Amino acid sequence: MIRSTLLATAAALAIAATPALANKVFVSNERGNTVTVLDSTTWEVIAEFPAGNRPRGITIAPDGSELYVCASDDNLVRVFDPNTFEELPSLPSGPDPELFVLHPSGNPLFIANEDDNMVTVVDVKTRQVLAEIPVGIEPEGMAISPDARTVINTSETTNMAHFIDAETYQITHNVLVDQRPRYAEFRQDGTKLYVSAEIGGTVSVIDMTAEEPSITKKITFEVPGVQPEWLQPVGVKVTADGSRVFVALGPSNRVAVIDGATDEVIKYLLVGQRVWQLAFTPDEKFLITTNGNSNDVSIIDVAREEVIKSVQVGQQPWGVVVAPD
Amino acid sequence: MAAENGFWSSLFNLRLRARAALMGAALASLATLPAAAQEVRTAVIRVDYPSLLPLSRLDLPTEDRGFAGATLGTEDNATTGRFMGQTHETVTVATTPEDALAEFQRLTDEGYRLFVILAREAELLAMADAAPGDALLFNSRSGARSLRSEECRANLLHVAPSDAMRADAVTQFLVWKKWTNLFLVHGSNPEDVALADAYRASARKFGARIVGEREFTDTGGSRVSDSGHVLVQRQLPVFMQNTPRHDVVLAADATDYFAEYLPYNTWEAAPVAGSAGLVPVTWAPTHESWGATQLNTRFEKLANRPMRDEDYQTWLALRVIGEAVTRTGSADPGELRAYALGDEFTLAAFKGEPVTFRKWNGQMRQPILLTNGRMTVSVSPQDGFLHQRTLLDSLGLDEPESACTAFE
Repeated sequence: MIRSTLLATAAALAIAATPALANKVFVSNERGNTVTVLDSTTWEVIAEFPAGNRPRGITIAPDGSELYVCASDDNLVRVFDPNTFEELPSLPSGPDPELFVLHPSGNPLFIANEDDNMVTVVDVKTRQVLAEIPVGIEPEGMAISPDARTVINTSETTNMAHFIDAETYQITHNVLVDQRPRYAEFRQDGTKLYVSAEIGGTVSVIDMTAEEPSITKKITFEVPGVQPEWLQPVGVKVTADGSRVFVALGPSNRVAVIDGATDEVIKYLLVGQRVWQLAFTPDEKFLITTNGNSNDVSIIDVAREEVIKSVQVGQQPWGVVVAPD
Repeated sequence: MAAENGFWSSLFNLRLRARAALMGAALASLATLPAAAQEVRTAVIRVDYPSLLPLSRLDLPTEDRGFAGATLGTEDNATTGRFMGQTHETVTVATTPEDALAEFQRLTDEGYRLFVILAREAELLAMADAAPGDALLFNSRSGARSLRSEECRANLLHVAPSDAMRADAVTQFLVWKKWTNLFLVHGSNPEDVALADAYRASARKFGARIVGEREFTDTGGSRVSDSGHVLVQRQLPVFMQNTPRHDVVLAADATDYFAEYLPYNTWEAAPVAGSAGLVPVTWAPTHESWGATQLNTRFEKLANRPMRDEDYQTWLALRVIGEAVTRTGSADPGELRAYALGDEFTLAAFKGEPVTFRKWNGQMRQPILLTNGRMTVSVSPQDGFLHQRTLLDSLGLDEPESACTAFE
């Protein structure tokens, strides 16, 4: 099965006449004030460049033309050329930007202002603020539905996922989740939304097919020998086919592998210390985890569900994004 | 003094209500969840005891101490509440030890049943014992051991950590450092003596050794005099002469009259911990981990000053109420108490792990910060200590140590 998939991929690549692609992996280092760049075939560090003060959330334009970094202590979004690492003109972000999500078209950018109870919407071309949306206290997690109609924000002290109409910027629904929601992630077919609650220790599965979103299940975690309070879900990534969900479990140093059909945990993978954010390579062969307290990233082989490597990066890696093909 | 307090607290109530109304208006445009309307009314009572000025100007008391934490907690609750159809209103009352019970009874007559109390043991117990059967009280100040043991009350939950929890937080850190030979200097007031007991018990519990003790007698007098440091620099080292070999000086000064003089004025070159030097706190305005920066920033915007222990503990008590109201959809104190003591209850308190309540004595489990006044040095419990239930239960009175039976 795996082999035939590999063959099919190889065939597709041959037709496109592209060599086995190396993608750049960008890791924001919160304490180091840098971005580390890795090569996704050799897993070697190829560069590290300054990225402003306290870089946290990091994302890239769908065409790979611009890299965006939340420079939290600079109160702006820094923009870089992903090939030359040269800094481009910054974007306004509102105070203390932490995480953001880019519209699937590449514009606009929806930014959570952790210190100001707002989501700021910014046009990345004109660099103008389009809207400021009041939400709950300490907004953090940001997601946008695959049909680009709904923006999600999670607020860490209000303990809610806010559903925001992407056109009118009005809140349409609020769903109460567990303590300190950190991250929201859609299944690519838009039928489910996963919201992690760091202190609550759960991931809420929200059904998006009914008229109103509602929680259908709460995924809980249990690892023998690990204090339950250290199982703190943060970053969530779902494979394109929805079959697997990966959840970073913070100071337990584990990533949970979840069956996307049943939403049951299948296994736990041991990674570096205080794992927070995750990113797939575009072919979904690999998942990269940022381990803030061991200053490294772990590389997970997605098909084998095994950790294959860890690579030292800068000081306190926070976020990660991989350049598109 | 009482009249002045009354003035300040009524002024403060006005401000609190005005702010809440303002927030309501700003957020009216947001969608709300359809839910039964709940009105949550909480009274915060602060008993102000006659006392001298603190040793450090940084600790000068403010009129809104504790109350500013209540305002922030009420605002936080109101934000979630507006999505849930619940409103939160909090009144704050500053009073004297003599008037405390009368104020409490006035508020119960007005229909208040949820209370956050900043008082010492005697006034706190008087209020808990005079409370109507359906009232629930939160202790946001007293660390007295007996309140968590033989003098516990079923209607009284402790958000403030016990002295034992604070002492254990310090001792665990010192043991982790392998600095286990401790020289104890304690004050002569009853609170200082009780705190010294907590440190002795803690040393026994974690295998540290108190190699010697000395009492620093409170002779009264003013705390501060011009060029007072000249005398302190001469007298303190002499007081600290001829001690057995020790790694650390432990200071037990609950009444704040000498401990701050100790660092650098010891005879031996030993660091100080306890009431000065490395100090166990529930909150520090310098704390930054686990989102603490956001709480500090929000508080400073509101109060124009740093957030202190009593503000944090009052904020936290209101958040317990808010969280229980959110999850139960009820404002009934009995239901809120049952939820807070139940298995479902967890609360994010900017401490890196959920805080919960001990079912046997109503004490909130929580990590304790160890601060040097400028930075968070460490957070206890420390790695390597073990507990069969949760590592947080390695701090303070564990179930077998508590003589509390009111929660059975």
